Amino acid sequence: MQVGDLKMATASRETKICNALGLHARPSMQFVDVANQFSSQITVHSGGEEPGKADGKSVMQMIILAATQGTPLRIEADGDDAEQAVAKLVELVEGKFGEE
Amino acid sequence: MKLQDFIVKEAICPELTAVDRDGAIREMVVALSGAGALPAASVDEVVAALIKREQNGSTGFGKGVAVPHAKHPKVQKMAGAVGRSVAGIDFAALDHQPVYSIFLLLSPENQPQQHLQAMNIVFSNLQKDMFRRFLRQCPTREAIVELLDEADASR
Repeated sequence: MQVGDLKMATASRETKICNALGLHARPSMQFVDVANQFSSQITVHSGGEEPGKADGKSVMQMIILAATQGTPLRIEADGDDAEQAVAKLVELVEGKFGEE
Repeated sequence: MKLQDFIVKEAICPELTAVDRDGAIREMVVALSGAGALPAASVDEVVAALIKREQNGSTGFGKGVAVPHAKHPKVQKMAGAVGRSVAGIDFAALDHQPVYSIFLLLSPENQPQQHLQAMNIVFSNLQKDMFRRFLRQCPTREAIVELLDEADASR
């Protein structure tokens, strides 16, 4: 094993809330469900007027972000599957959680 | 936004008599209707909407709390009720534990931002261990009102 192998992978992507209803309970749960498919630690930062930070695996923390349509998000992952996790989560957000 | 902006004091149920999820939802919607937050004729429809929402995914997000919520055209102004169950109610919660404290929220249609703000304040408080513990121990409506006022004041 080389020294480099011990370093945790990190990934980060900027996106924004696209669906009209924003990050209400159901999308928050969907997000957490997807986040839990990965071993990486997931952190979500929301921008806008009241910036926030949430554990991407906590439904309550995600709801507390109260991210409305258009709110910028930064999704960060730390762990072996960081890249895949961030890609999948961005896809979910930009796919409007299956909403309008 | 504060809890007292939308929690209807007369709709606080310090001792729910219902023993199951659907009964608790009905009891709290009836309380909101009795307080004038919803026409009596809309109670059945709203209860059905809330139960349907629960069936699509429980709002019991763990730690003994649940936040059933729905939008409805007959709701003119956002209104919330608080319910407390001493025995605990099976809400099919994510952590499979009984629910002791319920915040039920009714919103008008087309007010998604207001709804998100209300959920923000409700969950900001429910995340706090002390708030949840005190709420479980509040035996009367007056005690719950006082707890909510203190929570508002500490923000």
